[in-house]
Amino acid sequence: MTKRSHISLSVNGDEYECLCEPDQSLVDVLRNELELTGTKEGCSTGDCGACSIRLDGDLVCSCLVLAVEAEGKEIETIEGMTPKSDELHPLQRHFLEINGLQCGICTPGILVAAKALLEKNPDPTETEIRFWLAGNLCRCTGYDKIIRSVQAAAEEMRKG
Amino acid sequence: MASILEESGFNPSADLKVVGTNPVKHDGLDKVTGRAKFGADAFLPGMLVGKILRSPHAHAIIKSIDTSKAEALPGVKAVVTRDDFPEKAPGSGPGDMTRNVMAREKALYDGHPVAAIAATSERVAKKALKLIEVEYEILPHVIDPVEAMKPGAPILHDYIRTKGAVENEDAQTNVTERMVTQLGDADAGFEDADIIVERSFDSAPMHQGYIEPQACIADYSEDGQVEVWCCTQAPFVYRDRLSAILDIDCNKINVQQSELGGGFGGKTGFYGEPIAILLSKKASAAVKIVLSRIEVFRGTGPVSGTSYTIKMGCKKDGTITAAQANMVFQSGPYAGSMYFNAPNAMFTRYDIKNVDIVAYEVLSNRQKVASFRAPCVPQIVFGVEGVVDEMARKIKMDPIDFRLKNACEDGHTTIYGDTWGPIGFIETLKQAKASDHYNTPVKPGEGRGISTGFWFNRGGETAASLNLAPDGTVTIAIGTADVAGSRISISMMAAEELGIPVDQVRVKMVDTNSLGFNRVTAGSRTTFSVGMVIVDSARKCIAELRRRAAEAWDVPEDGVIFEDGMVRPASANVGDFEPMSIADICKKTTMSHGAISGHTEMNVTGAGPGFAVNIVDVKVDENTGRTDVTRYTVIQDVGKAIHPQQVEGQIQGGAIQGVGWALNEEYIYGEDGRLQNAGFLDYRMPVASDVPMVDTIMVEVPNPAHPFGLRGVGEVPVVPTMAAVGNAVGDAIGIRPTSLPMSPPKLLAIIEQAKAEGVYKG
Amino acid sequence: MDDLRYEAPDSPDAASSMLAEAGAGGRVFAGGTDVMVQIHAELIDPDVIVDIKKIPGIMSISESGGAYTFGAATAGMVLMAHEGFASTWPGIIDGVALIGSIQVKGRASVGGNVCNASPAADSTPAMIAAGAICNIVGPNGSREAPVEDIVTGPGKTSLAAGEFILSFTMPARAPHSGDAYLRLTPRTEMDIAVVGAGVNLTLDDAGTCTAARVSLGAVAPTPLLVAEAADALIGTKVDEAALAKMGEACSAACNPISDKRGTKEYRIKTASVIAQRAAQIALERAREN
Ligand SMILES: Cc1cc2nc3c(=O)[nH]c(=O)nc-3n(C[C@H](O)[C@H](O)[C@H](O)COP(=O)(O)OP(=O)(O)OC[C@H]3O[C@@H](n4cnc5c(N)ncnc54)[C@H](O)[C@@H]3O)c2cc1C
Ligand code: FES
Ligand code: FES
Repeated sequence: MTKRSHISLSVNGDEYECLCEPDQSLVDVLRNELELTGTKEGCSTGDCGACSIRLDGDLVCSCLVLAVEAEGKEIETIEGMTPKSDELHPLQRHFLEINGLQCGICTPGILVAAKALLEKNPDPTETEIRFWLAGNLCRCTGYDKIIRSVQAAAEEMRKG
Repeated sequence: MASILEESGFNPSADLKVVGTNPVKHDGLDKVTGRAKFGADAFLPGMLVGKILRSPHAHAIIKSIDTSKAEALPGVKAVVTRDDFPEKAPGSGPGDMTRNVMAREKALYDGHPVAAIAATSERVAKKALKLIEVEYEILPHVIDPVEAMKPGAPILHDYIRTKGAVENEDAQTNVTERMVTQLGDADAGFEDADIIVERSFDSAPMHQGYIEPQACIADYSEDGQVEVWCCTQAPFVYRDRLSAILDIDCNKINVQQSELGGGFGGKTGFYGEPIAILLSKKASAAVKIVLSRIEVFRGTGPVSGTSYTIKMGCKKDGTITAAQANMVFQSGPYAGSMYFNAPNAMFTRYDIKNVDIVAYEVLSNRQKVASFRAPCVPQIVFGVEGVVDEMARKIKMDPIDFRLKNACEDGHTTIYGDTWGPIGFIETLKQAKASDHYNTPVKPGEGRGISTGFWFNRGGETAASLNLAPDGTVTIAIGTADVAGSRISISMMAAEELGIPVDQVRVKMVDTNSLGFNRVTAGSRTTFSVGMVIVDSARKCIAELRRRAAEAWDVPEDGVIFEDGMVRPASANVGDFEPMSIADICKKTTMSHGAISGHTEMNVTGAGPGFAVNIVDVKVDENTGRTDVTRYTVIQDVGKAIHPQQVEGQIQGGAIQGVGWALNEEYIYGEDGRLQNAGFLDYRMPVASDVPMVDTIMVEVPNPAHPFGLRGVGEVPVVPTMAAVGNAVGDAIGIRPTSLPMSPPKLLAIIEQAKAEGVYKG
Repeated sequence: MDDLRYEAPDSPDAASSMLAEAGAGGRVFAGGTDVMVQIHAELIDPDVIVDIKKIPGIMSISESGGAYTFGAATAGMVLMAHEGFASTWPGIIDGVALIGSIQVKGRASVGGNVCNASPAADSTPAMIAAGAICNIVGPNGSREAPVEDIVTGPGKTSLAAGEFILSFTMPARAPHSGDAYLRLTPRTEMDIAVVGAGVNLTLDDAGTCTAARVSLGAVAPTPLLVAEAADALIGTKVDEAALAKMGEACSAACNPISDKRGTKEYRIKTASVIAQRAAQIALERAREN
């Protein structure tokens, strides 16, 4: 038996503790130990972006982070995007209104990534959105309505 | 009451209140908050992790499998191999299915499962896989289907004989079938032609590329009841096939579908589910199997790769006089590529009197082909539309006019025998010609391509229930899968029929115990078929609402009508009664008379064919062969867009999948027969920065067999895409490519050839 | 796999002694974007993972007298956001910006890119062209080495047991000098270079090239520093003829394989094209500088 490591981490402001294997990825721990399944795992190799989260504010693929590295870190996932369930983030709202999602498996990762973009660049061009989201594969939408949803949310957020 | 199949009730001038609007889909909220439960998102108490050991060889006899060391590892709760599966005759449907799930006599492709483990953790399971000892006798393999047809090629199954063979009927072969499809007299047609174009094409297999890997949980209880949770496009088909290969009665297998993270045809057949069931049975605990992305590429179905020749002839005035094709489709190690769609769809939309098509389905040591939007058609249309374009160019006719000249009209009888009602092909071509895109000059250095496509659209066996709750709100139980928004469209059709706001309707995908058989969600059938069944069910409810009102008012039933969601007296003569809403009646009568519900099961017919035209602009880098798609417009006949945004989404997604297939996606094998690009990084699906917006023009030529005029919309969008990109590339560089994908190295070689021949445009 | 340990030492010495002790079973872990993928694909099976990110300075950027030094584990996004560094070494930023997605660059480091020793690494040719020096620590103290001396073959480096790169030091930027990196991939993003080219050149006041370094990626078992290509530029106005000659030298230097990412012939042909385009961008930057 391998010795499992104890980690404590903050996810969306809540403190969690768990035991994990030394080579276990953060997405695995989020999903399978903490049962926070909003973060998706489409490839485990950094290619699809479905596992996008914020790690101390940085946008990263949680499949490329070791769970043990998360010790003492602040993590933000899709579950933290809506602090109150009756108040959606503008991105969430526009994804719903413009139909920026079809099957929805890519959606949590895309929302987390888009939120990071808009914090950094409140007025991105279409090209900037497309390149920022290049790490988030979507096979359903052809990206058109995803880009438009982000644009609409950005516009609304700029107006404040 | 007449069935909806006889009386659709289609009314072209109906004042629709819900259909044609864009309400937020009811399943959307859970998907933007992360609460929606996809295949891998469920857990059961005591659940074990299942992992699959796969063959590293493309073709090998499995001499022995020793699992004893794995079984001895602490934490391993069950091991399953071929010995645990009931024997099913090789070459039969269940025989092929069970062998694809778990290799039996031989491993037939890189990634073919040979054993599986259930263990207390992923780590233990992975370790146990390494302890399984498989003794292989490696056999020569064959990857390319054209090679596989040649005499002396390695034979996959000694029992295969070519169905429809014209020679050597008794010889061992990899060709499962030779299929001939003919109309008129092709030779005579070519004699009539002023111009004949003949070209050879090929296409590499591509993967459906859904972002959610297959995932399932199976729980086999001691009394023999099996609960299966999985992401699937076909819960009932899974159940029935699980029953067939595992010898368990259908009523003992209950399949509950999860939310589906994309399928596109790839989740119409199972992979891990039967294995999880057997592991669960042996371990007496629930077992979850989630495929890794590598396993998805190595172990699940790509689409059929092809190799084919197209010959077409036309007169100087543009009339196509004959068409001929000779095609090879790869199927992987077992039959079942659905290649028969190609002869029926490849030329269909043009009124060609003389057609002669020969198609072969061929086995080779590749992953078993699975369906993908319009199975086996887009990769052939790539060639057909290339030849059509070349003919138009040769007679100096506008490519859209050429297609209009040959376009089928209403009432056309197809090569497969159906006679169509009203169709929208001519209208889509006209709208393409009138479009802003077509009328904007091509930018310098770019090329423009046009192409068209057709898909049958399907109906099929469908069962669903519509229930009125005591408060008058509506719940609907369906047994089809929602691949991208059918639930909201179904809610909308029910709301329209019942005259209530769509928010009062909720649709749930129920388990297989709860409804009768529903055919797979595929072929653009679901919104159409379930729509029919649900409107029929709603009508049954309306009849009951009228009955109850008549009883309450003590008037004859025909004195009561249902209008705008209200039951009211048919005329003042009937009496002066306050109209009642659905809620009024339900509140008053549910407890006394029982609930009101409508239930319908039928084999839905009347699907209207769909057509699309694509206009694509591309820029090809002269010195590297890289292609950028700069503008994309799709014109598609959708019958009636129930939820226009959803329809647009289908069209845009399909177009971009086609762009990927056109430019980069392919399976690459090494000399050893192993798949070399089993990951997204090297498989190269389009990312957001690779593609432009996709403009859509939705043509609405209603299908009168449907109460709201609907046609399926899911398959057509992919059909013309690679052809359109191919024609655009040809326009840009001077020679039309004939091989998919049109990857940079191939295009650079063509550019050099074009320059050498003095036809390079640039 | 049984005894995998995770260590996060907070000093270079502690890290190098852990690595030395672990020998072949030790693995430096910076951003982990290569290591995690390799573990997942079961390509590697380390005994000890030594996370170097807790070592002071290994994630930061400093400048002194125009010469930049940055920690080997500095994430790509941090480098890109550093205005001073990014405007001084735009070619390195070109390379870094091409590594994976925003998410990948949220972790991926130049140290990892260089030491992963992929022939197709994107920042390595840019670093070589720029003349970057590695500051290496190991059990026997520290040493310096130019980046081109690190990679010795696919997945292989010249680092001795226990050694790792602590930081990179860039030379001070000469006036009228500029660098650029460009790669060829079928997709715009999320792809691995079929060919990559880094060019760094310096002009005199009259616009004549006085110094140049040209480096190629993905065309040989290691990134190449192509002296002949640089020679083709030096002494010229970097006109079309000089560029063409440089391109030829690049193609001649190629020793590629055919694989899933591109054929040999294709790589040789396009190496010249990409190098010329990179040189043109470097030239424009040099003129503006
Ligand atoms: C989806 C995806 C896309 C990618 N795309 C690209 C791309 O386009 N171009 C490209 O070049 N790369 C790409 N990569 C590869 C990878 O991201 C880069 O090589 C990255 O720079 C590695 O940095 P890291 O800090 O994550 O390295 P790590 O994974 O931490 O380490 C990589 C290797 O270097 C060693 N190492 C790390 N730091 C040091 C050090 N300071 N001293 C000694 N040894 C060290 C490690 O032991 C390991 O062997 C991609 C990766 C992914 C997952
Ligand atoms: S699961 Fe992490 S990027 Fe795909
Ligand atoms: S909506 Fe299905 S993958 Fe994006």
